[in-house]
Amino acid sequence: MLRRLHHEQPAAFAFTPANLAWAEAQIQKYPEGRQASAVIPLLFRAQEQEGWVSKPAIEAIAGMLGMAYIRVLEVATFYFMFQLSPVGSVAHIQICGTTPCMLRGSEALLELCQRRINAEPHHPSADGKLSWEEVECLGACANAPMAQIGKDYYEDLSVESLTRIIDELSAGRVPQPGSQIGRYASEPEGGVTSLVQWVEGRNAHNASVDLALTIGDTVKRIDGTEVPLRAPWLKTPQQDEVPPVPVEEAQAVTPSDGEPGEAPQQADMEHSARPAGVRHPLPSGETVAPEPQGHPSGVTPAHGVAGPDATGAEAAAAPLVPEQMPPTLTAPRGTADDLTRIEGVTTELASKLNELGIWHFGQIASWSAGEIDWMNSRLGGDRGVIERNNWVDRARALANEGGRSWQNAETPAP
Amino acid sequence: MLEDKDRIFTNIYGMHDRSLAGARARGHWDGTKDILAKGRDWIVNEMKASGLRGRGGAGFPTGLKWSFMPKESDGRPAYLVVNADESEPGTCKDREIMRHDPHTLVEGCLIASFAMGAHAAYIYIRGEYIREKESLQRAVDEAYDAGLIGRNACGSGWDFDLYVHHGAGAYICGEETALLESLEGKKGMPRMKPPFPAGAGLYGCPTTVNNVESIAVAPTILRRGASWFSSFGRPNNSGTKLFAISGHVNRPCVVEEAMSIPFVELIEKHCGGIRGGWDNLKAVIPGGSSVPNIKADVMKDAIMDFDWLREQKSGLGTAAVIVMDQSTDMVKAIWRLAKFYKHESCGQCTPCREGTGWMMRVMERLVRGEAEVEEIDMLLDVTKQVEGHTICALGDAAAWPIQGLIRNFRDEIEDRIRAKRTGRITAVAAE
Repeated sequence: MLRRLHHEQPAAFAFTPANLAWAEAQIQKYPEGRQASAVIPLLFRAQEQEGWVSKPAIEAIAGMLGMAYIRVLEVATFYFMFQLSPVGSVAHIQICGTTPCMLRGSEALLELCQRRINAEPHHPSADGKLSWEEVECLGACANAPMAQIGKDYYEDLSVESLTRIIDELSAGRVPQPGSQIGRYASEPEGGVTSLVQWVEGRNAHNASVDLALTIGDTVKRIDGTEVPLRAPWLKTPQQDEVPPVPVEEAQAVTPSDGEPGEAPQQADMEHSARPAGVRHPLPSGETVAPEPQGHPSGVTPAHGVAGPDATGAEAAAAPLVPEQMPPTLTAPRGTADDLTRIEGVTTELASKLNELGIWHFGQIASWSAGEIDWMNSRLGGDRGVIERNNWVDRARALANEGGRSWQNAETPAP
Repeated sequence: MLEDKDRIFTNIYGMHDRSLAGARARGHWDGTKDILAKGRDWIVNEMKASGLRGRGGAGFPTGLKWSFMPKESDGRPAYLVVNADESEPGTCKDREIMRHDPHTLVEGCLIASFAMGAHAAYIYIRGEYIREKESLQRAVDEAYDAGLIGRNACGSGWDFDLYVHHGAGAYICGEETALLESLEGKKGMPRMKPPFPAGAGLYGCPTTVNNVESIAVAPTILRRGASWFSSFGRPNNSGTKLFAISGHVNRPCVVEEAMSIPFVELIEKHCGGIRGGWDNLKAVIPGGSSVPNIKADVMKDAIMDFDWLREQKSGLGTAAVIVMDQSTDMVKAIWRLAKFYKHESCGQCTPCREGTGWMMRVMERLVRGEAEVEEIDMLLDVTKQVEGHTICALGDAAAWPIQGLIRNFRDEIEDRIRAKRTGRITAVAAE
């Protein structure tokens, strides 16, 4: 399905301070050099904040993660949860239309949305408050038909109950999520057939409804202050081995007015160290050599305890040819160069080069013969592509273009 | 019928205390340190002996999968990745584990990671499961606070970090290598195999990808013993299983039952029977949208396990049972699945990218009867050309429901085409 960015884009995007702190903590979940892993969570938080994903948001996140803009754009367009155009100011209603919901009446719900909101999906209603779309199976089939509105599932729907929900939302109220026919969760309607002993004295609501009512953020634009930031993974085993580094972003966390019991975790967060080296830009010129597998090992892995002689083992495992590993980077300095401008570098090869830690023309410009061999054997496929197309000379010319070389490329990402 | 004392997910509806204290009261996190102390080999062997087959659809033996992980690290870290991208239409069981009984999964992650030499695990949960993600993260936070995971997990000396990661609405990310691509921050496009994830998976490191339910049942199996687990179900189909029943039953639900339970018993005990009675049953998709449907007369004798359903040219899949009564337009029900696969094809392989759209468009015309009878065989032929000619199984999954439709309901399709032609409705269509 063709998905494009909206024709009208805002001028800029910035995470709120609390969302930024949240985002920085998420990036720490992944090993060094693998911060691109955080792209989906960050894009989604941007959407939760703004309602949809804009081009400036994609650019900002590309900058935060050291990713090429196109890589983030293709993620934003590939995954259907990213709304690429503005949605209703109050809520975007996602009706599940796949067979299990269809069998129990989702078509009537879709007709209702067409009638009450807009004949076309992804277009806001006349008052701008609501929008809708048909989505594929949302995984609540035992409570079909159902819809996702904001963060929550509204289950066991009928035309009458969805009409009421739309009315409530239009009036600025948020109806209680969960089953609309009085079921507790996914147990058989009318009473459980197993696990009878917990029915007496059960919690007032199931876990989803309980969270929705406690936090109250079903259709809220998320600014990060709704719940206290918690990031227990920051207490990694490496913590004691490196001097604590203040986490500047964490101090920007707005004190939450959530449950007081959560406060200690926040203080905890402020004092915890980052895993060694992670997230700090390397001093100019310093390079990190990857393992033969392309896994960065210049510094201790953020998790996974490598054996004491791991480096030796790898060296022994490496092929004994006069290959020489060129200097590589865990992330581009500022904006990565468009390596496909070199003849013979396909987008596929460019991403392989990026994986191997090559981001800039200047890096390629300085390859020696041994280093070319090293790269050749790792790029796979067409050996000799580097020399035949004279990558090194071409890269040298491109690196000098505009008088900018990669060593001093401190230009901030767009 | 399975008794409550033999259920693994004792809080699947979330009525009991969902916190760590509640989980402990129900017996979870009991003696986890002792289980780890028995060592990797013991755990893997016990899992093999239990006969647990993967709960994500393919039914690959879980213990065997764990044993593929390298015994000695070559310096690369190893990872456990839990596939919580539950998106197969009809399937809604892992959701209940993660929001209502999340400690079964958290404890399972620790034990499984230990058994495969991984110090870190990622749970990849589908993006739409926002509250489920929050519930699960709470359980993870609780486990960290209690020292059950993190450094020196449970006092075992094993360091273990557990991260919850989420996707953003792509069914294909339930395919294990697409999931790894997605977890690395890329489009979810499946990788060619080999190399298999156990050799080069997440970040090029040894990785095992397991379904939520497969991991979440592990601690209880290890506590109660492989022979306890394998005492349920027929040989090669052992254990208990979460069934998700949707569609035209009186009371759809998610329920844990013994494997190999007769279909009739499952529906009568837990779902209040078929809507309109058993004579009103038309067909059943027994294992999630990807498996072919089975007609009513066969289903009345059905044994709900891997082998029996496979013999009927269908499958247990994720045990997501979609029931359809006589009011169902079968052609339309399967067309809607064809539309689903067209929507979810990642676009990488031509047979799938083009084939799913082609199949959907022909199905669209079959729903209206605007087709030639010969086109039914042409459609069947195209499904065979898609099946087996793609990197991952999405192409197969798109082909099978249509093959099942043509196998079981060819007369209904033909009749509709004739009816359209002559403007008459015949007896078969009105049945």
